[in-house]
Amino acid sequence: MEKFTSHTGIAAPLRRSNVDTDQIIPAEYLKRITRHGFEDGLFAAWRKDPQFVLNQPEFADATILVAGPDFGTGSSREHAVWALQDYGFAVVLSSRFADIFRGNSGKGGLLAAQVDQSVIEQLWLAIEANPATQVTVDLVERQVRAEGITAPFEVDDYVRWRLLEGLDDIGITLQHADEISAFEHRRPAFAPVTIGT
Amino acid sequence: MGKTLAEKVWDAHVVHRAAGEPDLLYIDLHLVHEVTSPQAFDGLRASGRPVRRPDLTLATEDHNVPTIDIDKPIADPVSRAQVEALRTNCAEFGVPLYSLGDAEQGIVHVVGPQLGLTQPGMTVVCGDSHTSTHGAFGALAFGIGTSEVEHVLATQTLPLKPFKTMAITVEGELPAGVTAKDVILAVIARIGTGGGQGYVLEYRGSAIRGLSMEGRMTICNMSIEAGARAGMVAPDETTFEYLRGRAHAPTGEEWDAAVAYWSSLATDDDASFDAEVVIDAASLSPYVTWGTNPGQGLPLSADVPSPDDAADEVERVAIERALEYMGLKAGTPLRDIQVDTVFVGSCTNGRIEDLRAAAEVLKGRKVADSVRMLVVPGSARVRLQAQQEGLDRTFIAAGAEWREAGCSMCLAMNPDKLAPGERSASTSNRNFEGRQGPGGRTHLVSPAVAAATAVVGRLASPSDLTAA
Ligand code: SF4
Repeated sequence: MEKFTSHTGIAAPLRRSNVDTDQIIPAEYLKRITRHGFEDGLFAAWRKDPQFVLNQPEFADATILVAGPDFGTGSSREHAVWALQDYGFAVVLSSRFADIFRGNSGKGGLLAAQVDQSVIEQLWLAIEANPATQVTVDLVERQVRAEGITAPFEVDDYVRWRLLEGLDDIGITLQHADEISAFEHRRPAFAPVTIGT
Repeated sequence: MGKTLAEKVWDAHVVHRAAGEPDLLYIDLHLVHEVTSPQAFDGLRASGRPVRRPDLTLATEDHNVPTIDIDKPIADPVSRAQVEALRTNCAEFGVPLYSLGDAEQGIVHVVGPQLGLTQPGMTVVCGDSHTSTHGAFGALAFGIGTSEVEHVLATQTLPLKPFKTMAITVEGELPAGVTAKDVILAVIARIGTGGGQGYVLEYRGSAIRGLSMEGRMTICNMSIEAGARAGMVAPDETTFEYLRGRAHAPTGEEWDAAVAYWSSLATDDDASFDAEVVIDAASLSPYVTWGTNPGQGLPLSADVPSPDDAADEVERVAIERALEYMGLKAGTPLRDIQVDTVFVGSCTNGRIEDLRAAAEVLKGRKVADSVRMLVVPGSARVRLQAQQEGLDRTFIAAGAEWREAGCSMCLAMNPDKLAPGERSASTSNRNFEGRQGPGGRTHLVSPAVAAATAVVGRLASPSDLTAA
């Protein structure tokens, strides 16, 4: 995983609340068995509308998504994170994320940064007035910055550390292999197994 | 101070704890299906890691599988590739798999409990958000993403941050005709799709105690639709009776040891929850959703709401957008809404009691000519049992289609879909835009309401029907 310290780029305003993962990437794309190439499925239904924000040329190079509250609700599909990343997004800003989505983001290296809804509204106004606005999301300082806007964002300390260090989960856990084995010896005899009975 | 059920299960599974780090929790049961696992197995292969405990892992084919002609190769090449990838991966990594055609194949959340693999006090995970279903047994069960699937396959553990706890107490007696599905739709309508966020919900109170295991599973299943990470019910005699004699349930002395342990798991009297919600069972009635998230539900006797009823601007826009997508006018009585398709099935309501409830309503009646009704058992085992009870004959005589087991129209990854603009009454758990097919419109209902709706052709409850 690559290290994430600070990111600056174009931000796309997604003026919708409750963006569920079926909208981020519809179920039909989940049939794939590869880990990349999901950009074509991102917001597939909405992108059929020429007015949709991602179809506007000024947001073609957006790397930051500024969304309404309750982003990423619904199904736990991690493809939602992959689709956002494959499309080119490095950061999603929202005033509230669904838990599983937030967890999936941290693991995949996509920063889900939570800011006050008032900050979202300010960003929407700023980007809509000038789509070329450069937005900076600084993970070291936990700060979102754009012209005339400086606001803190919330991110889990542990997720932040992992993103800053670019660390893979399994490697961290396997440092505790002895403790896992010890736990396995303590498990009750009645705990079921799937092979035999 | 005492501990809650969730805290007890959590504490019993901590492998490693250190300040400032998430707890590393041991996972007792990892359920796997074809959609969220291929990339995880790919990851293992790339890093040369084995599956640590294939004997605590179980795979089944459910999301993509067709519900007719299951003896033929899967027609859709993409679905076939996913199912075949699961078969190859399970063979390569030694993971037991119930394939299409096997008597134990079915929806992952129906299969685990029915085999007796889901037991009180366990930690259960699956790459599927409705893993919360297993919480009905007093297990801590939650959905995980694909990289967590890889993590559990490789280590049989997960690093997790503690959840908050919320008590949802449903006290009193449910009125006649009110089912577990109505209870959970009412709970979600009350606390909202974000109301449970960050919490493990514990369902308590006499109305919950009075439910069967299957009813409790229906409730825990939809905890995720209130934004919660998991839902739980404390194990009791009902739980033990359900488990006794199942294929993977303990026997003899181990059974006694297990029951003694399971009995200790209930929330202590002096434990406290981070939040509490109390619902009067007597105030409930059959619930249906009118909008495009599971929180947009109302009693069947109500009218379609108006954007003017909204508490704030965000909600006003949400109602407006939902009405537009659903093709509904504010003020229309919900009972006047005509449906084209009725779907009975899914991990919410695809178990034997659900099929019995639907069959009971259909007995001696006919599905309206304008309606297509699909009955899809949650597992091959449920299907067999329904056939032994003659439920299939009731469905077929009423004009419904009797299908093979799988997720089917719950998420429309297989050929069972709504056409654009088509409207369904569905016993599944999500009414999101396009969930049952692009442009499809979904009303979530209980199995009894689904069957009555199929007969009338409009949203209806069994009490709307004249005697058969
Ligand atoms: S029945 Fe529906 S909700 Fe349940 S596992 Fe299948 S797709 Fe998911």
